Amino acid sequence: MENQTASFDRRSFLKVSALAGGGMLIGIRWISERARAFDPAFLEGAAFNAYIKITPDGKITIQSPNPEIGQGVKTSMPMIVAEELDADWAHVVVEQAPLDTEAYTRQVAGGSGSIRASWKPLRTAGAAARMMLIAAAAEKWQVAPETCVTSASIVKHPATNRQATYGELASLAATQTPPADPPLKIPSEFRLLGKRIPNVDNQAIVTGENLFGQDLKREGMAVAVVARPPAFGLKLVSVDDSKTKSMPGVQQVVRFGNKVAVLANTTWEAKKGRDALQLQWAPEGELESTDQHDSALRALLDKAAETPRRKDGNTEPAFAQASKTVDAVYECPFLPHNAMEPLNFFADVRPDGVLMAGPTQTPESARTQIAKLLQIDPKKIRVEMTRQGGGFGRRLNTDYAVEAAEISHLAKKPVKVVWLREDDMGGGIYRPACKYRFRAALDAQGNLTAYHLRGSGINVGNPTRENNFPAGALPNLLIEGHNLESKVTTGPWRAPVHNFLGFAEQSFLDEVALAAGKDPVQFRLDLLDQAKRQPVGRQEYQADRLMGVIRLAAEKANWGQAPSGVFQGFSAYFSFSTYVAQVVEVVVINNKPKIQRVVCAVDCGILINRSGAENQVAGAIVDGLGHAMFSQLTIKDGAPEQTNFDRYRLIRMAEAPPVEVHFVESEEAPTGLGEPALPPFAAAFANAVYRATGKRLRNQPFVQPGEPGLLG
Amino acid sequence: MARLTLKVNGKRRTVDVSEDTPLLWVLREHLDLAGTKYACGIGQCGTCTVHVNGEPMRSCALPVSVVEGANIVTIEGLSRDGDHPLQEAWKEVDVPQCGFCQAGQIMTAASLLRKNPNPTDADIDTAMAGNICRCGTYNRIREAIHVAAKKSKS
Repeated sequence: MENQTASFDRRSFLKVSALAGGGMLIGIRWISERARAFDPAFLEGAAFNAYIKITPDGKITIQSPNPEIGQGVKTSMPMIVAEELDADWAHVVVEQAPLDTEAYTRQVAGGSGSIRASWKPLRTAGAAARMMLIAAAAEKWQVAPETCVTSASIVKHPATNRQATYGELASLAATQTPPADPPLKIPSEFRLLGKRIPNVDNQAIVTGENLFGQDLKREGMAVAVVARPPAFGLKLVSVDDSKTKSMPGVQQVVRFGNKVAVLANTTWEAKKGRDALQLQWAPEGELESTDQHDSALRALLDKAAETPRRKDGNTEPAFAQASKTVDAVYECPFLPHNAMEPLNFFADVRPDGVLMAGPTQTPESARTQIAKLLQIDPKKIRVEMTRQGGGFGRRLNTDYAVEAAEISHLAKKPVKVVWLREDDMGGGIYRPACKYRFRAALDAQGNLTAYHLRGSGINVGNPTRENNFPAGALPNLLIEGHNLESKVTTGPWRAPVHNFLGFAEQSFLDEVALAAGKDPVQFRLDLLDQAKRQPVGRQEYQADRLMGVIRLAAEKANWGQAPSGVFQGFSAYFSFSTYVAQVVEVVVINNKPKIQRVVCAVDCGILINRSGAENQVAGAIVDGLGHAMFSQLTIKDGAPEQTNFDRYRLIRMAEAPPVEVHFVESEEAPTGLGEPALPPFAAAFANAVYRATGKRLRNQPFVQPGEPGLLG
Repeated sequence: MARLTLKVNGKRRTVDVSEDTPLLWVLREHLDLAGTKYACGIGQCGTCTVHVNGEPMRSCALPVSVVEGANIVTIEGLSRDGDHPLQEAWKEVDVPQCGFCQAGQIMTAASLLRKNPNPTDADIDTAMAGNICRCGTYNRIREAIHVAAKKSKS
């Protein structure tokens, strides 16, 4: 025990305090290698912390640190704690933690990173508490701790047949010295992980409890609806709010920057007040349109980049000597995120402190931005997170939370800012529109000898992921990217860049395999075998694991053995540390392809929650299909042409295919599932459609509004 | 502004509100029944579905004056203890991801089951076509409706 104490003191690892009225509260200051990579502020002392509270009645409260946007972490993160704690899940109550950079690290919902980054901290939190409960029992019974065992919230001493519940032991456990490096289970000892555990908020969701930012109501709160520029590149010239101010329920009109907020008693009154504003806008420079964007992006595809993103060998001689080349262009539009819960945020800015509450994927970044805006100490800002009606990357941007703080500051009252759907869809920060040109060279034996990708995208930064497969698997590779600047704002959208690149790459590889006269599955396996035996340059994926999911999907779908009239398409993709392979089977009914089966193989390491994991994978597939089929946002004279679901099509129930999900059995550390099943799916579908119809789908959306096409 | 009396979840409620206010906002902000969510405001996504005289209606596009005197049921009033067969089935199948659209999905499904206690997949797809789930939980929604149909029979 002395060593552990010394270790604890040295690293200030674990803090324990007795709860008033008995029970224990364990807070773990955490130093994680992972945290360092994600959070530059870490070196100044930002830390990971998980809380376990056990009360004498046996109730175990676990704080879930990360934002819940529908990806399931409010269930899966506490499951990891409970596993190592040996808690009976029936005793566990989960609470959403607020932003606390002293106690937690990486309170972010993004990059499918919550589970990956917090796996070890969460386990250690549970295991440390378990050790303390054992120590308490051992002290009570005067036995050696090693002779005690735990299960289902009970410590047992088998030799003397004694047992005590965690609730009974909690007070005494709180006085024990916390271990610095408690032993962790080996995967075969897991009792909870890998099981189907329902979403902890299900009861509240199905009965309509107030869980979401939209539902938030605080004393003295006004509701604000804001007039923002109706087009990118417009500046507010004049405001006449005389009519608005006389309308029922309107409290205040606040002009700030390029916007005007109308504060009222209710949302409807605020909306009517906002709509009654007489506003004059004037263009600053040229107003952009999708047609111009498209020409500019296409022009960039003909232009070599000054510095390639990646260059292995020399592609041009290989193209010159090729016996066959394949050349194709793939294109995608802007996409709004369209989380079902439109943006909103509550702010109460007072001289002595600020309370923010609402849906955000990055509470810390929101706090930093608000501190900067108000020029106050971030410690004076409390950020509470509500459950979120979807995120999809939109809530990684803090604009709407900062805006709420600014309005509350100017109006000097608590305010909930509500975005209407038109504000949300028309308000910018879209998935960047991108175009890709691919070229491949094949030798006489059908071997891939060179691969060239040139991408262009609007405000995308790097439109490629230069280390994606097949990089590493062939000698000559060139990856180039162009960024086109625009007034249209863009940002991360579920699986940034991957969401379209995955489709484009996996469709193009299908084209290459067919040109080479090879089976698309075997073609990939052969390349991966090469990547394994003779790796070229940097390789981010593990060839074995990618081969693993490819083989599993092919086996489960009986790849290549579809009955007559059934056409299969294949796709496999690595993103956010997770490996996914998919087979789609289509049949043709009334000259239109229809999906009758989807088989998906996933390697995400150790599976945390089987029900949540299947839900994420199936949902990402439906999402990937829907956006590829139907969705696009176009710009005319700077203004978005689609601002609600009457002109913007999302996938609906009858269009959602059935999905089978198979997980690779693994003892590798777990990785995330919020994004990885989306990027490859449209390719598996399009590759099947090609086999069924001979038509190659390269441009999204596949279904153009009002155009009776192949899929219409 | 008008004084209107509504019948919501079996209770008479009086509100002072302008007549064009959509029922949705009256429920959410005047009557503190925020289980009915706002998502599009134009009756295109089904998130705000409530029952008006037993029919599923989009409360975001329904001026409150139109439903005065009608029998309105919201997700809060679907069952007394949150144990309607659909609510039980939703938990059993573990349908929700973000959960935001699910109250509207359940209300639409409840109306379907009342008229058609044993729906086929096609019946479900047709009845649910007006409800969007951005997370893509459609397959589980369909499964949960079948589970609820079985529960109701037994």
